[in-house]
Parts: sequence; structure tokens; C-alpha cells
Amino acid sequence: MTQKTKKYIYKRPESLTNDITIYCPGCGHGIIHKIIAEIIDELGIREKTIGIAPVGCAVLAYNYFNFDVTEAAHGRPPAVATGIKRCLPDRIVFTYQGDGDLAAIGTAEIIHAAARGENITVIFVNNGVYGMTKGQMAPTTLLGQQTTTTTKGRTALQHGYPIRVCELLATIEGATYIERTKIDSIPDIIKTKRAIKKGFLYQIENKGFSLIEVLSTCPTNWRKTPSKAMEWVGAEMANFFPTGVYKDKGSPNK
Amino acid sequence: MAHKRVERVILTGCEAAAEGAIRAGCRFYAGYPITPQNRFPEYMSERMPEENGVFIQAESEVSAINMVFGASVTGKRAMTSSSSPGISLKQEGISYLAGCELPAVIINMNRGGPGLGSVTPSQSDYFQSTRGGGHGDYRTIALAPWNVQEIYDLTYLAFTLADRYRNPVIVLADGMIAQMMEPVKLLPPVKTTPTKKWALTGCKRRRPNSIKSLFLTHGVLETHNLKIADKYRQIIENETLYQTYMCDDIDVLLVSFGTCARICFEALALARAKGIKAGLFRPITLWPFPSEHLQRVAEKAKKILVVEMNCGQMIEDVKLAVKKDIRICFYGRPGDGVPTPEEIFREIKKI
Repeated sequence: MTQKTKKYIYKRPESLTNDITIYCPGCGHGIIHKIIAEIIDELGIREKTIGIAPVGCAVLAYNYFNFDVTEAAHGRPPAVATGIKRCLPDRIVFTYQGDGDLAAIGTAEIIHAAARGENITVIFVNNGVYGMTKGQMAPTTLLGQQTTTTTKGRTALQHGYPIRVCELLATIEGATYIERTKIDSIPDIIKTKRAIKKGFLYQIENKGFSLIEVLSTCPTNWRKTPSKAMEWVGAEMANFFPTGVYKDKGSPNK
Repeated sequence: MAHKRVERVILTGCEAAAEGAIRAGCRFYAGYPITPQNRFPEYMSERMPEENGVFIQAESEVSAINMVFGASVTGKRAMTSSSSPGISLKQEGISYLAGCELPAVIINMNRGGPGLGSVTPSQSDYFQSTRGGGHGDYRTIALAPWNVQEIYDLTYLAFTLADRYRNPVIVLADGMIAQMMEPVKLLPPVKTTPTKKWALTGCKRRRPNSIKSLFLTHGVLETHNLKIADKYRQIIENETLYQTYMCDDIDVLLVSFGTCARICFEALALARAKGIKAGLFRPITLWPFPSEHLQRVAEKAKKILVVEMNCGQMIEDVKLAVKKDIRICFYGRPGDGVPTPEEIFREIKKI
């Protein structure tokens, strides 16, 4: 009889704990958390990574990631990351931020962290709505989109325009790598993983500031089913927020 | 034993506090320019790189305190400095530091307020420094130096206290102490700073650490806040500092802190020369306030005169401390004015 050896072809990443998340069915955070955890496992950096959780739905990220994580006040993760990275330059430091955190209350912090070229990786999850507080207008809410503070739909006249973060940050000299991806299909999830991995690799290679914006879902506050929410990311969000590489100073063939 | 040479230098209050911080092992500073403390970040921008420390000129006070939060998360000794309007902006971060039980030192070179106020010395941030300052049920240790030597010594001490209790410590000076130059005896640099098991350094050979102030599960926040309250009781018990001057035989007891106390000290001499039995009680820790000690000294007095450069803030703590039925008067200069010894002497005679 030949002896069979077990070979894992799939398992839960070591960088994720066994906790059950608070996220709603169809929420993008689960996918993005897992992508990050897989990357950290693949790069073998779990024991030298320090994550920064935002204020918002992902505030409990320290319960889900199996490595050192700190909270930060709303919008301040880039400043907190700056403090951590400057004190421990050989550790891998990333922030995980939503659209309210990064593009509204924390606009100054993200712009200046990029301008200083801080050697950190920023994962920017854009779902166009304040999820934790039950669906108010975000800085990235699309024109016409209904939220609990724009019940008749966002209008430019009354509420102003949504902010395109990647386009904005790509103009900043200090930023190294800026890319926008989405998670509404398997190929796009694979692209997102590739982009986030590049962000981490650039940090390991001391190439400077990376931001990966991920167009994500919020079925609960969008009042959509999980599958309709995924469709909406590709059909509506990606129209206003085109995916792609906005800046890549780190690539050898830039 | 070999005779150790004491290093003596002439420094401004800003420079003395900054040098005190560096010698206490502080290796991270983030700040934002604001008068009257601009010499502070300037000095740090030169000294920190010499010590392999980090200096960052932040984009805002909000960002500066959050950078300090980040540095403190790693276990490094970290600080920021500012003046009143800037300290208001830092309150969010100070509340998070207190909630997360992170040590940090914050220097406030108090200027006039409210609003933009003025750039001249003031003590109008007493309430803010001693009552928590930001949102939530917390306290910050508040140290009030009265000269340049003391701002050096207290800043040095502030790091020990911050680490010992895992709590932010405020050094509350003012525009006068910030900018005047005096000789300072330097303390030797600390050789080691405490290792912090709770710090985030990467989870090598240990379980992951997390730093947080969010406790959503029923009852957990209450337990956390009661634990913090217990810590505050220990601080009150162990860390209260004050000084008394000419208090053995008194009719009039002056109570004053910082720059104002120093001017009161001059006024004592004028009073004593005229045969008025005046003494001075000077709290050095504004929180914890030396209530019991003040009560003991006040037992001997017939009247109390509280002197502050504000409209009357510390006087509330004096009234809470003094149990005896006694007249407690107030003299304050709540704007650009720094009182003269003669002015205070006139008040002593009046009451």
C-alpha cells in the first residue's frame, strides 16, 4: 500500500484569527481582509507587521487580524502610521481606511503622509457610504445616489461632488504607487490582491508611499442584495472611479 | 567617589523643556508652529537627529498628537508641544491616549484665550489641563513649573510619570517661562527606558498585541474606566507635589502656581517687610491637586488670597480643599497682564 501524504491546497491564512466578523452578508471587507492576510502570509511578514484600524465598520480589525493592530481616531491612521513607521522603520506598517475616514475627516492626514513620502501602505476601501453609522452620504457618494442624508439623491448643487482620491494623490510628488481596483469579479479580486501585494512589496523595498483604493460594497446601506451590490460596483462606481494604475514610480519600466 | 561635574547652561524655557525631554530618553517629537513656543520645535529639529531621534513638523496639531500616539504605540518615549489654541486641537488625541492607556508628554506654553486670544503669558488653560480636556472620563497629570530650571526638571519627570501610569502628562507653563532665559543645571541622560510588554513591535515570539479604547461589549467599558479610576487614585496618593514658603506663622496665605507663584514670592518679601505675616502655597502638580496639604497649611491662616493669570480657575480647587470657614479672595489678570509684586502686595493689604 502506498502512503498518501496530505497536501493543503487551501486553508485559512495564519494572519486571520478564527473570530467571526461583524460584517453584513455581501460586504467587501471580508474579501479585502482575507486578501491582506494572504499577502502577509505569502510575504512571511506576519511577525513584523503592524496594522492600523480605522473608525468605521472595520474598527474591529484588531479582532480579525492575527498580528499587532492599533486603533486610531477617525481619519488619523496616516498620522499614527507615520509615528509607528518612523520609530520602527524595519516593520511593515499599513492603514486600513474607509472613505469617510480617508477622504472626509482625514483628508489632511492622507495628503500630507503622501507628500512626506512615508514608507507605508494604505488600503483605502471605497464603498461610497458611511456604513457603521447606517448609510449617510460619504465624500465618495455618487451623484444621484440615495443615502440617509441624501434621500432624494446626491446633487452637486446641494451636496457637492464626490472626490476621486487616486487622481488627487497621483499629483503628489511624494506618492510612489497609486492604483484603484474593484472586487466585483474573481479576476478583479485577483487584480486587487496583486495591487495590494505590490504596495506591501514597495514598502519592504523602501520605495515609499503606496495607496490602493478598492471599490467595495455595502449591500445593507445601498438597500441591495449582495449580488446586485456587486453588479453596482462595476456598473456605476467604476464609471465615476475608473480602475487602473494612477502612478507607479516604483516600477523598473515606469 | 569621583567628583561629578554639574553641567550648567543658559537656556530659554522652550530649550530647557526640550533638552529635559531628550535627556529623559524622548526620541520622538511632532509639532506645529505656534507662538510663544516656536523655539521648541526649532530646537527639537536640531537636537533629535543628533540623538537618532525623530523630528516631524506635522501638517496640524491634530496630526502631531496622532503621530505621538503612533510613536507611543511602539513603546518609544514621545512628545509634542504647543500653546493654547493648538492644545485645544490636540484634545481629541489626548483623550485617545488616555483611553488607550498610552504614555505621552504634552507641553503647553499657555497664551491668552479664549479663541485666538493673545500671544502673551496666561494661565487660562488650568481647567483644560486638570479636568481631562477632551471627551470622556479621564485625567491628565498636570505639572506647573515656575522657572526655567523647573520646566527642565518637570519635563524630565513627566516621562517617568507617563510611563509609570501609562497616561498622558501635561506640562503647563506659559509664554513667559517659554521665552525667558535662565541658568539650568542639567541632569544626566537616562541610560535606559522601560521595556513595554504591551507595545506594538510585531508579534515575534509572542501573541499579537492590540491597542484600543473601544469596548462595545456590555460592562467592559465600565470595568476599563474603573481600572483607570483606580490608577488615578494611586496617582493622587503617590505623585502630589507642592511647595510652601514662609508658612510657619501666617495670617494671609497666598495660593498660586507657575509664573504667578513666582511673582507672589516677591510680594511675600514686601508684605513681610511691612510686618504682614504672609506665606505662599504653590501646587506643582495641578492635577493631582495637593488638597490635603493645602488644607493643613490653611488651618494656620486667617485669610487666603488666590492669585492667577485668569478669571479664577484654580480657586475652585482651593475652595474644595479648604474645609475651614475662612475668607478665600481672588486676584486675577485674565489677559495680557502679568501682575507685578507691588500689585499683589496691594491686594494682600486690601483683604
